[in-house]
This record gives sequence, structure tokens and C-alpha cells, in this order.
Amino acid sequence: MAFLLILTAFFAGCGRVADSNDTQGTIQIKGSDTLVNAAQKVSEEFMKTNPGVFVSVTGGGSGVGVASLINKSCDIASASREMMPKEIEQANKQGVFPKEIPVAHDGVALIVNKNNPIDKLSIQDLHNIFTGKAKSWKEFGGKDIAIVTLSREVSSGTYAHFKEEVVNLGDSNSNLEFSPQTLLLSSSQAIVEEVANNEAAIGYMGMGYLSDRTKTVEVAKKDEFYLPDIEAVNNGKYPLARLLYFYTNGEPKGAVKQFIDFALSPAGQQQFAETGFVPLGVAGAEKTQ
Amino acid sequence: MRKRPSEFIIELCIRLSGFLVIAFVFLIFLFLLKDALSLFASHSVGSFLFGKNWLPVSDPASFGIMPLFLGSLYVTIAAIAISVPLGVGTAMFIAEVAPKSIKGVLKSLVEILAAIPSVVLGFIGIIWLGPFMRNTFHLSTGMCGLTGSLLLAFMALPTIISMSEDALVGVPRSYREAATGLGATRWQTLWRIILPAASSGIIAAVMLGIGRVIGETMVVMMVTGNAPVMPTSILQPLRTLTATIAGEMGETVRGSEHYFALFAVGLILFIITFIINIFAELCAHRNRK
Repeated sequence: MAFLLILTAFFAGCGRVADSNDTQGTIQIKGSDTLVNAAQKVSEEFMKTNPGVFVSVTGGGSGVGVASLINKSCDIASASREMMPKEIEQANKQGVFPKEIPVAHDGVALIVNKNNPIDKLSIQDLHNIFTGKAKSWKEFGGKDIAIVTLSREVSSGTYAHFKEEVVNLGDSNSNLEFSPQTLLLSSSQAIVEEVANNEAAIGYMGMGYLSDRTKTVEVAKKDEFYLPDIEAVNNGKYPLARLLYFYTNGEPKGAVKQFIDFALSPAGQQQFAETGFVPLGVAGAEKTQ
Repeated sequence: MRKRPSEFIIELCIRLSGFLVIAFVFLIFLFLLKDALSLFASHSVGSFLFGKNWLPVSDPASFGIMPLFLGSLYVTIAAIAISVPLGVGTAMFIAEVAPKSIKGVLKSLVEILAAIPSVVLGFIGIIWLGPFMRNTFHLSTGMCGLTGSLLLAFMALPTIISMSEDALVGVPRSYREAATGLGATRWQTLWRIILPAASSGIIAAVMLGIGRVIGETMVVMMVTGNAPVMPTSILQPLRTLTATIAGEMGETVRGSEHYFALFAVGLILFIITFIINIFAELCAHRNRK
């Protein structure tokens, strides 16, 4: 019996070594809903040139990705926020040492209904809207109807970023919260749907999800207003821009390393650009954070 | 008479599967209890049960389930208020009034109703019912408790109709004959004799309907807006216990306070449905005597 156990352990060990050094195998990418389409596109391109590797991409939220990296149930966690100190601590405890790899830039776009006359809002305005201090669109020169604020669920990395930059105005000691009236919707698509149908609604999402069914609002830190386009995110002028990340357990190896290298290559970055994000190279380095 | 060995084996298998089901339920309960109780090391039971703020990712976090509990309660009460008269009425029609030809069609239609996936109903809710509710009641958003209740009522109907119908059909023929013999009209027989005689079965049907509604997740997550606010009206966005677990489970780090808090919410749901099922069982049992 003991002999059998040793034998199985031996073979299991062999299998693992072969797996991580070969370009054969499967890669599991899990995490950010913001990144899921882009990651899918990158992996499809990757599989064309590396037929021996199968890449599967699933969403669920940045937190889902990080949690499964910690549980070792995925190879790459995609995240639209940085890992939190608590999570890193948790990971180290489980013997996982996350390696952070920025893969693209994203602008967080603000959208309103097409019939809403508002087309410019400052960060301070947004702060007042999403904390519930401003109640009516009239305060910003719009119609006299109550504002309906839409947010993503708390599992979304976009939620964490928006909370930090707008609700807390970038002050990490601030304990302000989203207005409790804020609707928490489970997907970017649900936010587009509600904004397209509801004249009073305002919502936010990654710029990859923008469609022509809603109106995108120009945003300013102080008084220079910009739309979330490649140029404004590029030169760091759009105030709600952020980095998107892949996390791996330790330095990427084997197939995972090949995949990451591809994602960071011009061909890989091109896929990010095609899904509405801003490629790393062109952006004003990493200073947007 | 001696049992044949095959009979003995089959009997053993059946007995084993019965015990296994009980063991599974018990293990699920223990599993929930283990993780849920970990929460109370850092948060008091009182602040969990009666706290008015659900802010799971803030610092410091607060886990008050009162808004979620009330959210579930509001949605359930409204859904039951809609589905019980409709369901029992339909059951009375199918069991007592409808001619044989219509009866068969109606019964199979009710079964089809039960087969509609909840995500499809949720989609109808987002695209059509939500905007309709907003325009009808002049609300700021159609994503509110009542929208959820209407869809949930729809989902509880098949359970209530088919169980109530069984109860009505199960009333002994002698009751009807006695009533007719005393000169009662068809309506008097149905309303004064058959309905009271079947009442315990109907109450059991309603109880199971409540169980169905309170445990439903997808529909409420999609259409009720999920705002964790203390609800004051059914026409306002609210967040239910089930939607909270489904919406947030992805985000949590395993073993964090938030993770345990969601298990505690699960435990509360388990206890609620357990009590409802026991009531239903008691009522159904009383009927049989």
C-alpha cells in the first residue's frame, strides 16, 4: 500500500514537471469582466500560432480571478484593479506569490441617456451625484428629474476603482460610501440597458463596453473636459484611467510565459486595442495611475 | 416467508439512499454553520442580525443584514399576495369548473410555465417589464421590488396551482354528494365545503410557493436593482439575501470576514426555508388524517 502511494506521488510529480516546461497544455484565465472579451480575443490569436496550447477564459469579476489564483484553480488571474494587501497576504499563506503584469490601459466611461441634455461633468460633480449629495439633474442644468445612479456589483474591479477615485476623491483615508440608493447591477450590459431606457440614469463602465445606444459624458479633473478615447487616456489627460493586470503565481513559466509574452507583444496589444482598450506602448508609460 | 437475496439487496439500497439524503442535508447544515460561526468571532450576532448597513468591502466593514432581510421579506410578501389568489383561483377552475377538454390543456400549460428558466424571466424583466413599471408608476427606475415580485409570482404559480389542485381533487366525493343533497348550489359547494376541506393542502401549497420565492436568486438579482437600503416601499430598489450571496461570493477572498458573512447569510436563508418546509409538511400531514 505504502509502495503504491509513493509510486503515485512519483508519477504525479513527473506529470507536473512536464506540464510546466512544455508548450503543450491548457491555460486557465479567470477574473475581470472588463477584460474578459479582450482576453478571449488575445487567447484566440495565441491559439492560432500555438495549436498545442488550449486557453480558456472566464469572467466573474476581478475578485473571482484573484480568489481562484489563491486557490490555484487558475493559471492567470485577470484584474481591473491591483491586488489588495489582504489578498496578497492570503495568497502567501497558501504558498502563492502573485506576480503583477500590467497588460493594457482602460478609461472608465460615464454614460447617460441620449435624451439627457448633460454632456459634461467634473469629478466633483460625479462625486456629488454618486454619494447622493446631488439629487436632481436640474443642479447640473438638466431636467428636473431625480438622478438614478447605477454601479457595478462590489465584486467588480471597476467598482473599486470608481469608489476610490470618485466617491472617495482619491483620498484613501476617506470613508465615504456610494449613496445607498445606488443600484448595483450585475453586468456592464445591464447598465447599458438601464441607461438606454431610463432618462434619469447615469452609470459607469470600462470604455470597451461603450455602444451608440447611450451618450458618453465628458469628464474633467478640474476644467478641461475629455471623452474617454485612446488619445486622452494615452496622454494621461482623461481623469478616470487605470491599468488592467494579469496576475500569475510566481514568474510565469512554460505555456503561461509564452502567452504573457504574446499578450505584451505588438500583435497581442493590437487585440486589446480592437476590443476598446488602450495598448500599453502608446500610453504615457505607467504614470496614469 | 424468507426474502430472496435480490430483494434484500434492493431493500438495502433503497434504505441507504434514504439515509444518504438525510446525511447530505445534515452535512450541508454543518458546513454552513462552521463557516458562518467564524464571522461571530469579530462581529456580534446582534450587529449582524439587526445592523442597518451592509457595507462588505468598506473599511471597517459592517455586515448588517436587516436591509437584505427586509428586502427579501417585501419581495416575498408581494409575490405571494399576487400569486396566491391567482394560483388558488386557477386550481379551483381546473379542479371543479373547467370541462374535461380544457382541463388537460390548462394542466400542461401550467407545467410549461414551471419549465421556463429563471434567467429568461429575468431578461424579460430587464428589457420589458422594468421600463413598463417605470412608465406605469412614474418611478425613477423600473428596477424595483415590485418588478421582482411580479416575476417571482409567475414562478411560484405552477407550485401553488398543481398542489392546490391535488388538494381540491382529493376532497372525498361524499362531501360533494352531501352538499348537493342538502340543496347547495355548485358555487356554495365549492366555496363553503370543498375549499375549507382542502384548506390544509392549499396552505401547504402556499408555504412551498413561499419557499420557492424566497430562495429564487437569478430573477431578483437581475431586476430588483440590488440597492442595500432599508426598504420603505415595494416600489423602490432593494436587495435580497439570495442576490447578495450570488452577487458578492465571487469577490471575496476565502477565509475573509466577508466570506464568512456570506455564509452566515446562507445559514439564515437555510433556517428560513427549513421552517417554511416544516410548516408545509405539518399542514399537508394534517390533511391526510
